[in-house]
Amino acid sequence: MTIIVISGGLSHERDVSIRSGRRVSQALRDKGHDVVESDVNADLVALLGSVEDPVVIPMLHGGLGEDGAFSEVLGVLGVPFVGSRSGPARATFDKSIATTAVHAAGLAAPRQLALPHDIFRELGAQSIMTAIGEQLGYPLMVKPSRSGSALGATKVSSADELPGALVGAYAYGPMAVIEQFITGTEVAVTVLEDADGLRALPPVEIRPSSGVYDYEARYTAGATRFVTPAELPTAQLEAAKNLALAAHRVLGLRHLSRTDIIVDGDGTPWFIEGNVAPGMTETSLAPLAFEAAGLDLGDVFAGLVALAGRG
Amino acid sequence: MTSDGPRFDTRLDRFVDNYANRTRGMRVSAVRALFAVANRPEIVSLAGGMPNIKDLPLPDIADDLAQLVRDNGTQIMQYGSGQGEPRIREQILDVMALEGIEANADDVLITAGSQQALDLVSRIFLDPGDVVLAESPSYVGALGTFLSYEADVVHVPSDESGLDPQALHETATRLEADDRRIKFLYTIPNYNNPSGLTQPWERRIEVLRVCEQHGILVVEDNPYGLLSLDAEPIPAMRSAGADVIYLGSFSKTFAPGFRVGWALAPHAIREKLVLAQESATLCPPVFSQFAISNYLDKQDWKGQIGVYRDMYRERRDAMLAALEDFMPPGSTWTHPKGGFFVWVSMPEGVDSQSMMARGVDARVAFVPGGAFYADGQGARNVRLSYCFPTVENIRIGVERFADVLEGELDVLRTFGVHSPTPHPGRVAGPGPDLS
Repeated sequence: MTIIVISGGLSHERDVSIRSGRRVSQALRDKGHDVVESDVNADLVALLGSVEDPVVIPMLHGGLGEDGAFSEVLGVLGVPFVGSRSGPARATFDKSIATTAVHAAGLAAPRQLALPHDIFRELGAQSIMTAIGEQLGYPLMVKPSRSGSALGATKVSSADELPGALVGAYAYGPMAVIEQFITGTEVAVTVLEDADGLRALPPVEIRPSSGVYDYEARYTAGATRFVTPAELPTAQLEAAKNLALAAHRVLGLRHLSRTDIIVDGDGTPWFIEGNVAPGMTETSLAPLAFEAAGLDLGDVFAGLVALAGRG
Repeated sequence: MTSDGPRFDTRLDRFVDNYANRTRGMRVSAVRALFAVANRPEIVSLAGGMPNIKDLPLPDIADDLAQLVRDNGTQIMQYGSGQGEPRIREQILDVMALEGIEANADDVLITAGSQQALDLVSRIFLDPGDVVLAESPSYVGALGTFLSYEADVVHVPSDESGLDPQALHETATRLEADDRRIKFLYTIPNYNNPSGLTQPWERRIEVLRVCEQHGILVVEDNPYGLLSLDAEPIPAMRSAGADVIYLGSFSKTFAPGFRVGWALAPHAIREKLVLAQESATLCPPVFSQFAISNYLDKQDWKGQIGVYRDMYRERRDAMLAALEDFMPPGSTWTHPKGGFFVWVSMPEGVDSQSMMARGVDARVAFVPGGAFYADGQGARNVRLSYCFPTVENIRIGVERFADVLEGELDVLRTFGVHSPTPHPGRVAGPGPDLS
């Protein structure tokens, strides 16, 4: 078997992806595994065909990596891979689909509107923005429908901030989601599959020094404090873990996922978004959960490779 | 202890509270991360400030270097003088003479690129809160250095002839009235990075006069001076003024990988710069100095500069033609007479930083204008470089960039946004290969 870690690509998150890929590759090598690293390029398909029993770990964030396109290709090629299959990945990467699916399953998710730029242009932006404010109230969150790492995401406190936030979101794609803002404790729950089935790892609480868990806070060491497990009552920790497990199942995910959650003042965990390719950088959340659970990064991925190899 | 085991509490950096204040701006940024895509072959990068060295006579240089190692290996791989090797300092006088500078080799300090000279000048002059004057816009690498010494960079407006002397006088007068300490003026009079603007000779004299009137030291950064594309180089400011620290470099006229630049400074300043250099590196890279000295001795370096000028002229013309053909109404751009860069001004309300994401999708890279200001200006500007991409790719890249701008303008028309969302703090600039 040959483990191939794919990272990079042409997405907005190329830099993060490369760092995740390097870290996972090194962790596997530290455990004695042979690893081939590759970017996404015209040589990749030939590479996959040239090695014996390839198993791919797609460490791709954003764009073609997380939206199911790459896993679709791997499926066509018959190459086993770690992570979710294309349909669930596509649905999860698109916040407008994932939040609706999770909400429809009876799980707590913010009220959300998903609107393309075109609709504002054709119907007149001002009247729609007024209606949005009346429907959802302020503050609210504006995000690109298909993007990660908080790129293009803005908290909007009042109506006059909404146009700028929408302009920022549409820079990352033609569809934006506008959500009810949930106030509370921000946690991330990693769900991991092993031979015994699914399990939710200890929730990681996120406390950014700046107050906002934006791109800087995510990837600058020291800019955010992480507490694992989160400083929440045991019942709320369990509720957050159950929400992540439920979201993982509702969305049809496989092997590994991370669900971003806010636990509100009443102790209710809210689904904010799901991630089919959680970051594995030095400042990422899933590795902190592994560490808290007593798991080694290399062992985790070696286990996932074994699962993927079994199909 | 919890049901999930012991609680871990970390900021992922045990020494996060130990850093000096000057590191506050040293943070990861989404803009800088987007530049990671720029080097992919699918992307036409109009962002890079890398000189195009493909036409260097590499086999000849390789033979020369091999001979150098065989004949002088133990000397060129040994420590050297903190001020730099005497032979190359003499040769640099010949280079500077092309721009009208008469100097003494004793007043030349060799540095690891002129970027290190900027650092050494800042090290010996800047205390936290001191003022550095810089033209609008100015080189991102210099701004980063000044800010790392906790200086307060004050931009002086420019017009089509570069730094505006009247605005310089008014800015200096205002700062003096506020009892602020102006340590020096930083200026790039030839083919400014990023604006491409050039100060005519009369303008240089006027700037020097204003600086003399206010007792302001001038730091003249001149990496592109010999890369004039339409006429002979204009004499350097240093050729007409004594209170000037002149910074030169072989990065653009030969190759940047050797990291050899220099500072020509008044005697007293040069003495302190040498001590600062010894403290920083003991001595500048000896091997690189001998390699360049050898190149200047054995190769037709003036002819090579002519080769560079012909290549960059063709690329500059291709970019200006493409801008004319593709850019939507409402935008203007500079017409550089040398150097590497065109500075584009777009309609009010455009946010060049948020255009970066569209650029990735459209497979084109550029540098948002905010990188070239220390005070938040530049949102409606971008720097486009023509030095590295081929003529064909320059045209493709400009067409893609124009499409990106059209997309941004479309969204802005929809939402009626006339001023971009302010970006907190200083806009992060590109990495070294893009500066």
